[in-house]
Amino acid sequence: MTPFSFALAHSLPEAVLAIGALTLLMLGVFRAKDGRDWIISELAIVILGIAFILLFFDLKSNAVIWSGSFVDDAFGRFMKGLALAGSIGALVLSLDFMRREKIDLFEFPVLIVIATLGMLLLISARDLIALYLGLELMSLSLYVIAAFDRDNPRASEAGLKYFALGALSSGMLLYGASLIYGTAGTITFDGIAKAMTGVPSIGAVFGLVFLLSGLAFKMSLVPFHMWTPDVYEGAPTPVTTFFASAAKMAAVAIAVRIVMTAFPHVVPQWRQIIVFTSILSMAVGAFAAIGQTNIKRLMAYSSIGHMGFAMVGLAAANEAGVQGVLIYMAIYLVMTLGAFAAILSMRITGTYVENIGDLAGLSQRNGFMAFCLAAIMLSLAGIPPLAGFWAKFYAFSPAVNAGLYPLAVLGVLASTVACFYYLRICKIMYFDDPAKPFDRASPAVTGVLALSSLLIVLFSFWPGPLVSAAAAAAKSLF
Amino acid sequence: MFGFGLLSGLIFLPLVGVAFILSLRGDDAATVQNARWAALFTTIVTFLLSLWAWRQFDTASAAFQLIEEKRWLGGGLSYKLGVDGMSMPFVLLTTFLMPFAILASWESITMRVKEYLIAFLVLETLMIGVFCALDLALFYLFFEGGLIPMFLIIGIWGGKRRVYASFKFFLYTLVGSLLMLLAIMAMYGVAGTTDITVLLKTDFPLSMQKWLWLAFFASFAVKMPMWPVHTWLPDAHVEAPTAGSVILAAILLKMGGYGFIRFSLPMFPDASHYFSPLVWTLSIIAIIYTSLVALVQEDMKKLIAYSSVAHMGFVTMGLFAMTQQGVQGAIFQMISHGLVSGALFLCVGVVYDRMHTRDIAAYGGLVQRMPLYAVALMVFTLANVGLPGTSGFVGEFLSLLGVFVVNSWVAGFATTGVILSACYALYLYRRIIFGVLDKPALAAIMDLSPREIVLLAPLGVLTIYYGVHPGPVLDASAASVALLVKNYDAALAAIKTAALVAH
Repeated sequence: MTPFSFALAHSLPEAVLAIGALTLLMLGVFRAKDGRDWIISELAIVILGIAFILLFFDLKSNAVIWSGSFVDDAFGRFMKGLALAGSIGALVLSLDFMRREKIDLFEFPVLIVIATLGMLLLISARDLIALYLGLELMSLSLYVIAAFDRDNPRASEAGLKYFALGALSSGMLLYGASLIYGTAGTITFDGIAKAMTGVPSIGAVFGLVFLLSGLAFKMSLVPFHMWTPDVYEGAPTPVTTFFASAAKMAAVAIAVRIVMTAFPHVVPQWRQIIVFTSILSMAVGAFAAIGQTNIKRLMAYSSIGHMGFAMVGLAAANEAGVQGVLIYMAIYLVMTLGAFAAILSMRITGTYVENIGDLAGLSQRNGFMAFCLAAIMLSLAGIPPLAGFWAKFYAFSPAVNAGLYPLAVLGVLASTVACFYYLRICKIMYFDDPAKPFDRASPAVTGVLALSSLLIVLFSFWPGPLVSAAAAAAKSLF
Repeated sequence: MFGFGLLSGLIFLPLVGVAFILSLRGDDAATVQNARWAALFTTIVTFLLSLWAWRQFDTASAAFQLIEEKRWLGGGLSYKLGVDGMSMPFVLLTTFLMPFAILASWESITMRVKEYLIAFLVLETLMIGVFCALDLALFYLFFEGGLIPMFLIIGIWGGKRRVYASFKFFLYTLVGSLLMLLAIMAMYGVAGTTDITVLLKTDFPLSMQKWLWLAFFASFAVKMPMWPVHTWLPDAHVEAPTAGSVILAAILLKMGGYGFIRFSLPMFPDASHYFSPLVWTLSIIAIIYTSLVALVQEDMKKLIAYSSVAHMGFVTMGLFAMTQQGVQGAIFQMISHGLVSGALFLCVGVVYDRMHTRDIAAYGGLVQRMPLYAVALMVFTLANVGLPGTSGFVGEFLSLLGVFVVNSWVAGFATTGVILSACYALYLYRRIIFGVLDKPALAAIMDLSPREIVLLAPLGVLTIYYGVHPGPVLDASAASVALLVKNYDAALAAIKTAALVAH
C-alpha cells in the first residue's frame, strides 16, 4: 500500500485537471452572464498548461499507484504531453472561432478539460476497468462537444452519429474485456500477460479481437472508420481539431500500452489484426481522399491513412516499433494542429469556408499562409526534409526489420497515392489563379500555424530531443 | 566556420542567399533586380568556395576527404559529409552551372521572381547535399527534397501543360525513391548504421543484395532516366522554364548515375553482376529506341530530352561494364552531358525568348540573321553527336571501350546509337539554322545579346577543352574508380571461390 501523498504526487496532472474542471464549472455557473464568460477559456488553457508543466517534474520514475490501476511511466508522460498539447492547441484555436460563431458558451472549455482528464486517465490505465472509465470519460465529453453547435443540423448529426457508433464501439470493447477477464481471471494488464502465454484459448482471441475493434473505432482505423468523415465535417472546426489531435493521441497510447503490456506473448494473434487494419486504413485514406472537395473531409481521410501508417510501427511489436509510433504521433500532432489552424484561417467576408477550391492562388494573396500550409501538406505526404518524412522513417524502419515486407511495400505505395492529393492542394495554392482573398486571421490562429510549420521545416536540423525522448518512453514499456 | 567544415559551407551558402532575398521587401523593379543580383552573387561565391574545396582535394587518394561528422538523430544516423573522386566532379558541375541557370532566367522570368530565385537556391543546396552526403539517410533527405523546388519550378513557371508535367515528375520519382527508402531501412537493420563508409564494407547476403539492388534500381532508373521509365522526362523538359530544363538535364539526371556508382555497384557487387545483362539490355533499347524517337520530334526541347535519355543509356552501359574505362567513361559522359545538354537547353531558350515557340517548323535559315548563334549551336550539336575533339566523344568512346572488353555485342549495338545521334542532331541543326529564311516572323530576329554570349561562351570553351584534354576530370576520378573496380572484382572472385568450394 503506497502512501496517499506518493500516489497524489504521481497523478498530480490528473488531480489538477479534475479540480480545475470543477472550479471552472463553478465559475461558469456563478459568473457567466448569458452562458458566456471569456475568462473561462483562458483559465482552461492555463490549467491544461499547468498539467503539462507538471509532467516534466519527474522524468525518471515508474510508479504503479491507486491499487495497481494507474501507472505513471515515461511512456505515459510522453503521450500525456502530446494529448495536453493537442488540447491546448485546440482550445487556443477555438477562442476566435467560437466567438464569431456565437457558440462561446462556458461549457465548452470545461468539457475540453474533462475530456482531457479522461485521456490522461486512459493513457495511464493499467487495468481493464481503468481503461473503460478513462475511455468513457473522454468519449462522453466528446459526444457533447461534437454537437456543441446545436442549432446547426450538421453538427447535431455529427454528434448523434458519433454517439451511436461510439456507444457501439464501447459495447464491443466491454464485451472483449469481459471475455478476456473470463479467460485470464484478472483485469490487470500484468496479470493478463502472465495468464496469456503459449497458444491462447479461442475465448481469449475473441476477446482480443473485440477489444482491439473497440479501440480501432477511437483511432478511426478501417473498417471502423465510417464515422470519421461525417463527424470531422459536421463538428465545429475547433472540435474537429480536438478530435484529430488530442483524442487520437489517447486512443493510440492505450492501444500501444495494452498490446505491449497485456498481450506481449500472443504477438502473432494481435499482429495480424493490426497489419490488416493498417493496410486497409492506408489504402482507404489514400484513395478515398482523392475525390474530396471539402478540406475537413479530406483531413478526415488523411487522418485515417495516417493512423494506418502509425500502426505499421506497432505491427513490428518491439521497442523500436513503439518508438516509431511515438515519434509518428508527436509529429502528426504538430502537423494536424497546423493544418487545422490553416483551415480556421479560411474565412471570406466573415464566413468560414471549407472548400479546397477556396485556396486557389493563395500563394499570391497570402504567401506566408500558403508556404505554411504547403509545408504541412508536403510533410503529411512524407517528403523530406520535412518532419513528416522522419515520422514515416521511424514507423516503417522497425517493420522492415521485423520482416513485414508486404506491409511496408503496400504502405509506401499507399503513401505515393496519398501524395497526389497533398500535392493537389499545393498545386491549387501555387499554380492556380487567385480566388477571393481571406479575411485577416486572428493572431492566435496565425501563431499556431506559424509555430507548427516552423517545427515541421526545422525538425531535420534538430531532431535529437524528440527521438531520444521517444526512445526513453518506449523503453519504459518493456 | 562555426564548427562546420567546407562542405557544410557549400551546402548552406545558398540558403544565406535565400535569407537575404527573403529579407527584401516589395515587388518593384529595383527590388527584383536586387534579388537577381543577390542570387547570382550567391551562386558565384558558392562556385568559388567549391573551387577552394577542389584545391584542398587530393586526387591521388581514393579515400573520402573533407570529412565532417556531427551527432544528428542518434542511433547510427549522423550528419556526415565527405567527397571522393567520384563525387567531387559532380559538386563542381553543380556549382559551376548554377550561375548560368540564374543568368538564363534574367530576362525571361518576370513573374514572381523572388520565389523563383529562392526555389533555385534551395535546389542548389539540396543538389550539393546529394553529392556530399556520407550518410544514407542524409543522402535520401537531399535526394528526395530536391523534388519540392523542382515541382514548383515546373508548376509555376512552366508552359501550358505544366501541372500535368509537374505531377508526373513528382510522383514518378517518388515511387522509385520510396522503394529505395525501404531498402535503406533494411540496410540500416543489418548494419545498425546508415554511415556510407561502413555500409561500403558491409557484406550483404546475396539473396538480400538482389532485393536491395532492385529497390535502388527502381529509384535511380527513374531518375536517370532509363527506358521504359523515362516518359516523365520529355514532359518535364518541355514544360519547365529554360533554367529548369538546364538543371534537370545537367544535374538532376546525374543523381541517378551517381547513385549507381556510389551505392549499387560497390555495395551490391554480386547483384550488380547478376543484373548487368538486364541493365545492358535496357541501355541498348534506350540508346536505339529513344534516338529513333528523337528523330521524329517536332519540339526542340523534346528532341533534346530524348537525346538525353539516349546518352544516359551510354552511362548505364559503361557503368555496368565495371571496368576502369567503362566507369570513368560513364562519369566523364555525365559531366560532358551536363555541360552540353545544359548548353543546348540554353540555346533553345535563346530562340524561345525571342519567338515564344519551340516548334522546329517555326524556324529555318537562322544563320543569316544569327551567325553567332549558329556557331554556338553547332559546337554543342557536334558535342552532342560525340564528334572527336569535343567532350562528348571522350565519354562515349571510353564507355564503349569499357563495355567492348566485357561484351562486344553490347558495344556493337550501342555504336549504332552514335550514328543515330548524328542523324537527329544534324537534322535538327539543318532545319533550324540552314535553309531559306522565309518566315516573316524571323525577319527581324536578333543575334546573341552580350548576356547570352557570357552564358554560352564558357560552356563552349569547356566542351572543346575537355574534348582535347580530358585529363582533369579523368584524373580526379581515377583513384576512386580503381578502388571501386578492385573491390568489385574481389567480391566476384570471392563468390566464385565459394561456389567452387561448395562443389
